[in-house]
Amino acid sequence: MSLFTDRIPLPPADAETTNLTCHFCIVGCGYKTYKWPAEREGGPRPEDNALGLDFTQQIGPLQTCLTPRMVNTISDADGQRHHIMIVPDRDCVVNKGQASTRGGMLAHLMYNGHGPSASRLTHPLVYRGAQWASSTWERALALYTGLTRRILDEDGPDQLFFNLFDHGGAGGGYENTWATGKLIFSGLGTRMVRIHNRPAYNSECHATRDMGINELNNSYEDAQLADVIWSIGNNPYETQSNYFLEHWVPNLQGGTRGKKSEWFPGETVGRGRIVFVDPRRNPSIAIAEQAAGMDNVLHLALNPGTDTALFNGLLTYVVDQGWIDREFIERRTSGFEQALQANRLSLAECSRITGVPEAQIRQAAEWSYRPKESGHMPRVMHAYEKGVIWGNDNYRIQSAIVDLVLATGNVGGRRGAGVVRMGGHQEGYVRPPYPGGRPAPYIDQEVIAGNGKMLTAWACDAFRTTNDAQTYRAAVIRRANIVREAIDAASAADTGELIDIIYEAVTERGGLFVTSIDIYPKPIGEAGHMMLPAAVPGEMNLTSMNGERRMRLSEKFMDPPGIARPDCMIAADMANALRSLYREAGNTSMADRFAGFDWDSEEDAFMDGFNRQESELVTYERLRALGNNGVQLPVQGLDNGRLIGTEILYTERFDTEDGRARFQPAPWNGLLPQAQAQKDKYPFWVNNGRVNELWQSQYNDEHVTYRTQRWPMSLVEVGEADAQRLGIANGDVVELYNDYGITRGMAHIEPSIREGQLFMLAMGYDGVQGNITTPAVDENIIPYYKGSWAGLRRVGDAGYSRSVSGKGRHF
Amino acid sequence: MSLSRRDFFRLTGAGAATTIATGALAQDVTQGRDGGSDRPDYPVTQIATVADLTVNQPVSFTYPDSRSLCSLLKCGEPVPGGVGPGRDIVAFSILCPHMGCPTSYQPESRRFRCGCHFSLFDPEMGGQQIMGQATQDLPQVTLRWDESSGAIHAVGMTGLIYGRQSNILPEA
Repeated sequence: MSLFTDRIPLPPADAETTNLTCHFCIVGCGYKTYKWPAEREGGPRPEDNALGLDFTQQIGPLQTCLTPRMVNTISDADGQRHHIMIVPDRDCVVNKGQASTRGGMLAHLMYNGHGPSASRLTHPLVYRGAQWASSTWERALALYTGLTRRILDEDGPDQLFFNLFDHGGAGGGYENTWATGKLIFSGLGTRMVRIHNRPAYNSECHATRDMGINELNNSYEDAQLADVIWSIGNNPYETQSNYFLEHWVPNLQGGTRGKKSEWFPGETVGRGRIVFVDPRRNPSIAIAEQAAGMDNVLHLALNPGTDTALFNGLLTYVVDQGWIDREFIERRTSGFEQALQANRLSLAECSRITGVPEAQIRQAAEWSYRPKESGHMPRVMHAYEKGVIWGNDNYRIQSAIVDLVLATGNVGGRRGAGVVRMGGHQEGYVRPPYPGGRPAPYIDQEVIAGNGKMLTAWACDAFRTTNDAQTYRAAVIRRANIVREAIDAASAADTGELIDIIYEAVTERGGLFVTSIDIYPKPIGEAGHMMLPAAVPGEMNLTSMNGERRMRLSEKFMDPPGIARPDCMIAADMANALRSLYREAGNTSMADRFAGFDWDSEEDAFMDGFNRQESELVTYERLRALGNNGVQLPVQGLDNGRLIGTEILYTERFDTEDGRARFQPAPWNGLLPQAQAQKDKYPFWVNNGRVNELWQSQYNDEHVTYRTQRWPMSLVEVGEADAQRLGIANGDVVELYNDYGITRGMAHIEPSIREGQLFMLAMGYDGVQGNITTPAVDENIIPYYKGSWAGLRRVGDAGYSRSVSGKGRHF
Repeated sequence: MSLSRRDFFRLTGAGAATTIATGALAQDVTQGRDGGSDRPDYPVTQIATVADLTVNQPVSFTYPDSRSLCSLLKCGEPVPGGVGPGRDIVAFSILCPHMGCPTSYQPESRRFRCGCHFSLFDPEMGGQQIMGQATQDLPQVTLRWDESSGAIHAVGMTGLIYGRQSNILPEA
């Protein structure tokens, strides 16, 4: 917690300075961390403070970004107190000195035992004697690894279940994905693993990858250069604020016209236009209209789940108009005719299914695909995110989008183009191959069915983030309680005896032993038996890459709280403990499976993982030299010792054997059946997603007063007519229910919400939207998270209208 | 007469030791959402009288010095931090606490809006950021209303004004 309200200490000119990439979204804004002894302060003159700013005067607009929440006072393990300041880096090409409201809180969140950080896990906690009690690493891991080994030996790896992060940023990164992958895939050999935000171990982008195109294939600069940006199932102001504000908005305002002329001589250039595809008028749309003018923004407000039909209709229309890149199709792709035949959908039929007027579809196609005055094809960037990823049949929609992009030549090295997911977290994936197949097992339904004996939730909490969440949560709690009762009845047992007792409960009585490895106690951990404390960037060195594959090193500047450890070192401790157990038992072949974890630090995990597996040129030292601008992967080589990266992918070949991108048939197939059944029964479509002020799973936010004042409960946006009919006022608590569950939130009346539709905050800390999401998934077990239908009723006035603004969130 | 925290201390002779005990009163009457002031040395400046004000029409002023642009607003209904006979008069720094662009009041939606990065603030909820990129609400000016004269004085501020280390600029 910051101690400051209307005055802050300044870093002295000699303050220790390190680089930090924001922990949160995939944009990965660059920040500078200053750290200095708490008894000192820098002076207001520019030469007397590390910011080089003149605080003797009022500083002008846009010169800095600095609030009391960017300052904090922390103590290291040696007891020394320091002030820290974490401010956006003006020299970082990603954010150019700008903080979002999320990244701007980084300093406020760092551990000092007060405020939000008071909730951090500092020691291993073990459920014993019907309570939580602190433990040592040695004792906690003796129980964890002892039970693991027992199950592995007697029942095999498929009884060891993991809910496992696979991303970059906090709770992820190359060091941590590698260490956990090596432990879980190479060591334990289990395939019963699911990813942090979905119920199986799969890709959210199987389709585009199958077509030979990685989902992150351009640079943020391409958004400055595009003639038209498509924002599909995507709300960039609230989810990737600085990418939108620093790269999209300047294009929409016409500020990059000069750059376009310079890059594309002889080509017609102008102010960028934007097409939103979203059933909801999301808050980014009003901002885009402000930036680009109403005439340069199109909103295709399609019926929920009909994206495939929209893109097939567009493909058909542009092919029939001749607005396609035949030369590109011929030279660099395969399967065009077959996909076209499968996807064909007339404009009238497309309009009937999607509910989007034909004129709007035609207009969008003219802007985006009709040759420009100069005769060149428009440069169009297609950006999609959770409306597609978590839409009605992920695989099908993604195929339909990429088909359209390929037909119009908007990927494959062309600048100002690309077909990209926007992304959630940063990325930071390097792991041995997943030992399961495709589709991977639907892990959450396995848990519900009573399978698995041990479940470890690593830096994630499916209680709040999965689909069919209520059923899942009830099953885990019921099964964990079987183990709790066994533990409660065994006060005298030592660790060895306790392992026998727990093993009996999970083998004979349907119990489930649940461990959470995280920075805070999470509901899934609190329902279980062990919580292990991890670290965040700043407390450890960590590498990740952003949405344009820009890899940076976040540098350690303080110690983790208590005896918390980086995730990679926790994985190494587990592996080393298992190796010892097998050695003691004389089982050399099993002991060898857990070899190779003799690491002293996260840097060793990095060298064993990313350096050895991906690029031996990349080291901490070389990344440190590149600061917050890092290097865009893949690395091409070295120039005077500096890493050389790649701005845009597929200039020559796509990721297929013959180097050609593949069209993929994706005919319109209606709604997934479980979702359709709820739609037939309940009146409201419950769209869901994020709000600007909360970061995704909100793992910090629920502990931050500034956040909980604004969002004490999950937002539920209700249209005016529905609110009036049901007697709902701003700030009222409302209840949503269907065959799968029930949940609650705080109503906000938003005039642009259509009748019969709602929008609810996803993954909320007070009101889990996933309770009413069906188990419907695509062929690769990607859930249709956006496909909930429910009933709605008012609960009452809980006083929120007196503390939470009910005014419009649209600019 | 409405009491500011400063007045409360002056009238009662209470010092820092009673801060906690008076906290609830201070919060109810004059404090914004971002906590109290660290500084005792704010100037007391008369900025308007109640009779000058019209509901939903902002009045510009500067406080605590001429470089700090602020806005005074009569809301028409009692609001957090509101003073005056209707407890509806509030004032804020209008420099966006994100990156310092001047926000403007939009009477139709009764919000302060920043055109640089599209942040929105609610003057009727203590300057709460409705949506936006700042990490604090609009700094709220602590006001004192003199019932006999109708004068509104600015007497302090909660939250840090953009572009400053301290709301009170250091001696140059």
